[in-house]
Amino acid sequence: MAKRINDMTIRLGGEAGQGVESGGAGFAQALSHGGLWLHTYTEYMSRIRGGLNFFQIRVADHPLWAHTEGVHVLLAFSPEAVTNYGPHIVEGGALMFDDTLKFDHDAVTRRNVQLFSMPLTKIAQDLGGNKIMANTCGLGALAGIIEYPFEFVADVIRRNFMRKGDAVVQGNLKVAEEGYKVGRDKYAGSFDWKVSPLGERPDRMLLNGNQAIGMGAVAAGCRFMSGYPMTPASSILEYIASHAKKFDIVVKQTEDEIAAILFAIGAGNAGARALTATSGGGFSLMVEALGLAGMAEVPVVIVEAQRPGPSTGMPTKTEQGDLLFALFASQGEFPRIVLAPGTQEECFHTAVRAFNLAEKWQCPVIVMTEFYLTTMMRTLMPTEFPIERVQIDRGELLTAEQLDRLGEPYLRYRDTPSGISPRALPGHPKAVHQACSDEHDEYGHFEDEDPANRLKMAGKRWRKFQNIVEDLHEPTLYGPEGAGITLMGWGSTYGAMREAVDLLNASGTRTNLLHFVDIWPFPEAKATPLIEAARQLVAVEGNQSGQFAHLVRAMTGRRADRMILRWDGRPLSPEYIIEKLEEAKVHA
Amino acid sequence: MLDVKTFNNPIKVTWCPGCGDYGILNAVKSALAQLEIHPHEVMFFSGIGCGSKLPDYMNANAFTTIHGRALPVAMGTKLANHDLNVICITGDGDGYGIGGNHFLNIMRRNPDIVHIAENNMVYGLTKGQYAPTSERGFITSTTPEGSIEIAFNPLTTAINGGALFVARGFSGDPKHLAKLIMAAIQHKGYALVDVLQPCVIYNKINTYDYYRERVYKLEEAGHNPADRDAAWHKAQEWGEKIPIGILYQVEGQPTYEEQVSELKAGPIAKRTLQPLTRAQADALRREFF
Ligand SMILES: Cc1ncc(C[n+]2csc(CCOP(=O)(O)OP(=O)(O)O)c2C)c(N)n1
Ligand code: SF4
Repeated sequence: MAKRINDMTIRLGGEAGQGVESGGAGFAQALSHGGLWLHTYTEYMSRIRGGLNFFQIRVADHPLWAHTEGVHVLLAFSPEAVTNYGPHIVEGGALMFDDTLKFDHDAVTRRNVQLFSMPLTKIAQDLGGNKIMANTCGLGALAGIIEYPFEFVADVIRRNFMRKGDAVVQGNLKVAEEGYKVGRDKYAGSFDWKVSPLGERPDRMLLNGNQAIGMGAVAAGCRFMSGYPMTPASSILEYIASHAKKFDIVVKQTEDEIAAILFAIGAGNAGARALTATSGGGFSLMVEALGLAGMAEVPVVIVEAQRPGPSTGMPTKTEQGDLLFALFASQGEFPRIVLAPGTQEECFHTAVRAFNLAEKWQCPVIVMTEFYLTTMMRTLMPTEFPIERVQIDRGELLTAEQLDRLGEPYLRYRDTPSGISPRALPGHPKAVHQACSDEHDEYGHFEDEDPANRLKMAGKRWRKFQNIVEDLHEPTLYGPEGAGITLMGWGSTYGAMREAVDLLNASGTRTNLLHFVDIWPFPEAKATPLIEAARQLVAVEGNQSGQFAHLVRAMTGRRADRMILRWDGRPLSPEYIIEKLEEAKVHA
Repeated sequence: MLDVKTFNNPIKVTWCPGCGDYGILNAVKSALAQLEIHPHEVMFFSGIGCGSKLPDYMNANAFTTIHGRALPVAMGTKLANHDLNVICITGDGDGYGIGGNHFLNIMRRNPDIVHIAENNMVYGLTKGQYAPTSERGFITSTTPEGSIEIAFNPLTTAINGGALFVARGFSGDPKHLAKLIMAAIQHKGYALVDVLQPCVIYNKINTYDYYRERVYKLEEAGHNPADRDAAWHKAQEWGEKIPIGILYQVEGQPTYEEQVSELKAGPIAKRTLQPLTRAQADALRREFF
């Protein structure tokens, strides 16, 4: 009898250009429309044609937070996909492939994996008149073996091929339907995992971290974005560009990252909410300008989508290796805010907060993500993204009316108790003023000789930095209080840690987690009690040295009892965390 | 005409006595006064160097940025608020050396920005090293045997790079320079005014006397700025005779801002920010259904 499993993983593997990504995304849509919950995850090589890619869909009848390691069915479009991904197939799982694909069958079947051979190309050619549709045929067959109703696949085909005309839609439908029949009739009986729609068809969203950041930026009133393409940050620039016209956002691809941040600083100083996004290499180039924003007190939001480094590193892989760099990048000491969302919903809310914090505190805000979060998609309820209820806080921005009534001369860098100097935008007759990258006086004029002035202005900026903490959030605690093990992480490892916590508690190991989004200034007063309450503190990070654990030790004096680290370019998974805990013999 | 004093401020000038930058400061103030541009209607951008201190000595909006980076900051501001008159002040090392890539790229874009390059053919503020515009053989602390590099020619580069207003002034003739700056401000689009600026401390070759003996005015020589070939020719003239004036000017081309459709309704920095409507929010979410 078939196991009606409520949690399975499907992987599509093949060369770039074989439709792995688009086919996978389409299939995910079809599953989502059936009310199921998804978590997708993709890995690709740093090349445009050829190479080896996969698109992975985890599907379940409950919300998902992470990918898991085993693959239940692999649809392989190339021999390399079989060789490389075959070993990921679980016992009793299946390998689906076109019958013309040549590979060593024995190597796969030795491991109790079933081989589902199908005439995908032949069907595509006979019924669709084009062998490119082998991909569609494969997706149809996939739906067939898991006995997922064909109508959902048909809907997505109609929707996604609509623009290409009726002939293309009909061709694909015929091919998919035949694939479906072959898959179901020939193999469904011997495949144990089934997925069925949940009945109700609620409107669910399926999106990745970059899209959530882009949506948050639009909601927050971003009016300007400049950037220079770099994986995995580019899709933010593309998202904003595609919404520019509707939402009056000026989008500019610049000559390099130095210009990108400087454009944003120029726009931010003039009064437009400004954003730039890059990855580590580009951020390295932006560093001098980061200090400019700090010294001149200009609001600007910078997304740093990490990938493994140093240098050009591994462009299409993942790592959390830039944290300490982001905290301390640039010479001198100045206020900056560093935030690291871990999920799509946090990406959205963090983007909104980043713009508000940047304007309130008149300083650069760095939002750290990583490749994994930028590309992985999850299903979410639309209520997670309350766009129309976003609060826009422009801080102490003087209106034209307030400036009209101004009695005394306007001081751009007025020394105030909070450290925040009320801001006027250039252009008002009563507020002619200068922004300055050199040390300056309250007017904004160069003043680098007078030690008293230096103490005054550096003191003002430092006060501002210390006060920012009031606006920052404490870490999220998930899982039972007083647990024997506390996993501690930041940013995009949240999902893997959360599922690990659930699995551990289900097996009787009382574990919880502390997840940090707001990292700098370190929310010491709010975080220390939670960290001190941990019986065994295990730092979980996607880097080689445990950067966040170092930070926590420096700020709180608490040393992590263990570290679970991963830096092979692959994201942390719940299984990886649990396995490392067991290896280290950490018991609650 | 506005009173030139409108642009004075009480800041103490730190340039060496006799520095060519004084003439540029006077010419800038005079040009703004003659055009009746008020201090709040203009915004200066500069990098770092002796010359880049110029905005600090003026009563006007300004953003003094980092070495070589005035142009991109200015572009960001211009795109956010194109109502502002934007004037960039760079040194030659600042604008043509470290900021060279921005110089090449701003010409392709043609924003309505005036770029005044104080060209003293040496690094002043860091005490006399050679600059990209230094003549071959120029002996400095970092080129004790004389520079072996060919001097960068900003004028041919600008004409070649797509700039549609290319002029050269001399800070020893501030009246003439003020006219050039006025023409640059009135020109719609990117306008380069390269200024021969004697550094009386570190450049003992390109002195006031050196220039006084050589400069002649293009407008008096019957030069036609619309003639690109003639401009190209004049841009290469250096030695016995050095031309000043407008070398090249083409009018009627659209500026960068005019071509950005999002700016048609006015400067983006002036629009009030409001939460999106329910319908807008739904549309954004629905993209992911
Ligand atoms: C990134 C960086 N590198 C170097 C410097 C040091 N620096 C300051 S001004 C300057 C050169 C100035 O020469 P120029 O632009 O010709 O202007 P001048 O002082 O001659 O007016 C240099 C190298 C700096 N401030 N920043
Ligand atoms: S060093 Fe040269 S450029 Fe600098 S202020 Fe003195 S004379 Fe002027």
